[in-house]
Amino acid sequence: MSFNNGTVAPKNVPRNLTELKRGESGILERLDLPEDDARRLMELGFLPGHAVTPAHSAPGGDPRVFRVDGSEVALRRETAIRLILR
Amino acid sequence: MGDCHGCPAATITLPPVQTRRQIVAIVGPPNSGKSTLFNRLTGLRQKVANFPGVTVEHRMGRAKLDADREVFLVDLPGIYSMNPRSEDERVTHDVLSGTMKDMPRPDAVLLILDSTNLSRHLVLAAPVLSLNLPTLVILNMADDLGRRGGEIDSAELAMQLGAPVALVSASRGDGVDKVFQFLAGTTLGAAPPKRLMELPVIQDVPKCRAWAANIGDKTKYHAPAPPLWTRRLDSVFLHPIIGPLVFVLVVIGVFETIFSGARPIMDAVDAFRISSGNWIGTLLPNAALRSLVVDGVWKGVGSVIQFLPQILLLFLFIGILEDSGYLARAALIADRTMSRFGLQGKSFIPLLSAYACAVPAIMATRTIENKRDRIATILIAPFMTCSARLPVYTLVIAAFIPNRRFAWILSTQVAAMLGLYIIGFLAAITTARLLKSTVLKSTRSSFMLEMPPYRWPTFQSLGLRLVDRSKVFLRRAGTVILVVAVVIWVLSYFPLNGGKQPPIEQSFAGMIGHAVEPAIKPLGFNWKIGIGLITSLAAREVIVATLGTIYGVEEQGQKSEGLQDALRHDLTPGGAAALLVFFAFAMQCMSTIAVVRRETGGWTWPAVQFAYMTVFAYVGALVANRVVTFWL
Repeated sequence: MSFNNGTVAPKNVPRNLTELKRGESGILERLDLPEDDARRLMELGFLPGHAVTPAHSAPGGDPRVFRVDGSEVALRRETAIRLILR
Repeated sequence: MGDCHGCPAATITLPPVQTRRQIVAIVGPPNSGKSTLFNRLTGLRQKVANFPGVTVEHRMGRAKLDADREVFLVDLPGIYSMNPRSEDERVTHDVLSGTMKDMPRPDAVLLILDSTNLSRHLVLAAPVLSLNLPTLVILNMADDLGRRGGEIDSAELAMQLGAPVALVSASRGDGVDKVFQFLAGTTLGAAPPKRLMELPVIQDVPKCRAWAANIGDKTKYHAPAPPLWTRRLDSVFLHPIIGPLVFVLVVIGVFETIFSGARPIMDAVDAFRISSGNWIGTLLPNAALRSLVVDGVWKGVGSVIQFLPQILLLFLFIGILEDSGYLARAALIADRTMSRFGLQGKSFIPLLSAYACAVPAIMATRTIENKRDRIATILIAPFMTCSARLPVYTLVIAAFIPNRRFAWILSTQVAAMLGLYIIGFLAAITTARLLKSTVLKSTRSSFMLEMPPYRWPTFQSLGLRLVDRSKVFLRRAGTVILVVAVVIWVLSYFPLNGGKQPPIEQSFAGMIGHAVEPAIKPLGFNWKIGIGLITSLAAREVIVATLGTIYGVEEQGQKSEGLQDALRHDLTPGGAAALLVFFAFAMQCMSTIAVVRRETGGWTWPAVQFAYMTVFAYVGALVANRVVTFWL
C-alpha cells in the first residue's frame, strides 16, 4: 500500500507502519504524534530503534495488532500511519 | 532459583497490639496479574470500596500474617508509568504519592511485573522504587517464563534494584509464601539495601527503557519464546471470517446457556418458594399477618431471588471472557463498528460489562481518556441489556412466546431474548451517533489496546466475583425489594372494607394504578402494570416483585396460579411486546442515576438522560403495541 491520504507517496518519502506487510519487521525512527499520545505509545514499547512487526488485524484490516518489545498492541490505521520507519 | 536474597529477615519483634494496621499497595502494569495475586493474599477477606471524593472503585482486603496480625492490601488500577493519562491512573498516582484525600500513604508496595515481558515491565520499577517505600518486586507468571524457556537471575536483580525480588506464579500459588514473608517482615519499615543501579530520569521513556535493558543484561534475563498457544488461538479468533463468526457464536452460546440452562435451577427455586410459603402460611393463624408474610414478603422477594442463578451465570461468562483475554480481541473486532458511531474500541469493554450492570460499566469508563467519548459512553451504557432486565424479560417471554426450536441452537424464546438485546444495542449506537455528531463532537482520539496472552481463568478469581455479585444482589433483595414488597402489600391490603381486605381495585394501590392508567393505556398496559412501572423506578426487577405481590393479594382464596398465567389474563400480546420494549429503553434504576450524577459531576446529564430514555421508551412501546396488535 502506498496511498497516503489519497495521494501517491513519492519513493523517497520515509515508510510508515502501515506499509509493512504482515510478518515483515521494520525499525521505528520516530513518532509523529502529539506528545501525550507518543509518550503512551513509547510506554507500550513503540520506542525509536525498536523493531515492530504487524500481525493479525480486525476484519477489514483496521485496527491491526503490532508485535513490539515482547507484547502485542492494537493500533488504528490513522495512528499507525504516523509511526515512521527508518 | 527464586531464593529471595534481598529479603530482610523476618526477625523484628513486633508490638503485641498495633495502633494502626499497615497499608500495602499492589501496583503494576495492566495484565500483570495484580488481581489474581490480591485474591491469593486475601481470599474472602476483601471488599470493593470507593475512595472518598472520587468514584474510582478499588478493592481493599486483609491478608492474615499469623494468628493476630493482619495488613490491609489495596489493589490499585494498573499503570504504565507515574504519568497518569486517565482518571483511573490518577488514583494510583495519588495514592502512591500520598496526595489522596483521607487515605494515608501506603507503608509498603508490592510491585507486580510480568516476568515473561520483563524488559518492558521493568520500566515501571524506576518510578515506583524512587518513591522510597519498602517495595517487594514480584516477578509474576514465573511458571510461564520457565515453560517457555526464559530465565532470570532474581538474586542479581534484587542487588541491582536494591529491593527484594520474588518469583511468583499468582495463578498457581507458587512463591506466594515469599510475599507473606515480606509482609510479615517489612511492613514495619526496614531500610532497603543500597541499590547498585542508579535510577534513571523517570520522565524520559527511552532512558527508562535503556535502564531496564541494562538491568536485563546484568541479570542475564532471557526473554521466553513467544506464547505459541496465543498465536495459534489468535489465528482463529482474529481470522477475517472465522473470527467474527466465533464472536457471534460465543454471544449466542452465552445467552442460550443463561436462558435455557438456568431454567431447571430457577424452577427448583420457585417450587421451593411456593412450598415453603405454604408451610409458613400454616404456622401463622392471623389472616392479615399470613397475607403479609406469604403474599407480600415471600412472593415479592422470592420472585426476584429466583433470578439469582441466571444473573450469576451471566457474570460467570463475562468473567471467563475477561480473564481469558478474549475480551481484548472482541474489543479489537468491535473497534471499526464502534468508530462508525463516533465511539472507540475502549468503549466496548464498559459497554459489554453494562450487559451485567450499568453501574460498574459507568465506573469502567474511567479508562477512556477522551472526556467527550467518556460522557457519550456513560450516556448510552444504560441502553445495554443489564441483568436486572432479565427477570422482566424472562417472565414476559415465558408467558407469551411458545418455546419452539427452529434452528440448531436457537429457540423462539432465545431469539426473542436476543432481539431485545439487539434493540437495546441499536438504541445505544443511534444515541451515540446523535450525541457525537452534535453536543459531544470531538476529533477522533488515538486508540491503543494491549492484547494480553490467553490464560486460563482461575477458579478463585471467578468464584470471588460470583460471591461478590451474590452479596450485592441479595443485599438488594433484602433491602430495597423487601421494602417495596411490603409497601405494595400495605397499599393493596388497605383501606379495609368492613374489617376485611378490599377488592384490589378499591385498595390504595388500585387507586394509584387507576390514576396513572390513562397515560399508559395507549401502550396496552392496565393499572396493575402501572403500579409496577412506578415501583420499578427504584430498580427494574422490582416490577416482578410488585406484580407477584399484587397478584398474590388478588388471588386470596382462589386457587393459586402462577405469575405467568396471571399476566396472560391481563395483557394482550401487543401489551406484552410494549412492556418488553419499554423495559429495553427506560432508565428504571436509581443506582444508575446516582452513579451518572457522581461521574459527570452534576444533575444535568442524569436529568437529560432520564428524560430522553423515558420518552424513547414510551414512543418505542407505543409503536410496538400498535405493530403487534395490527399483525396478530
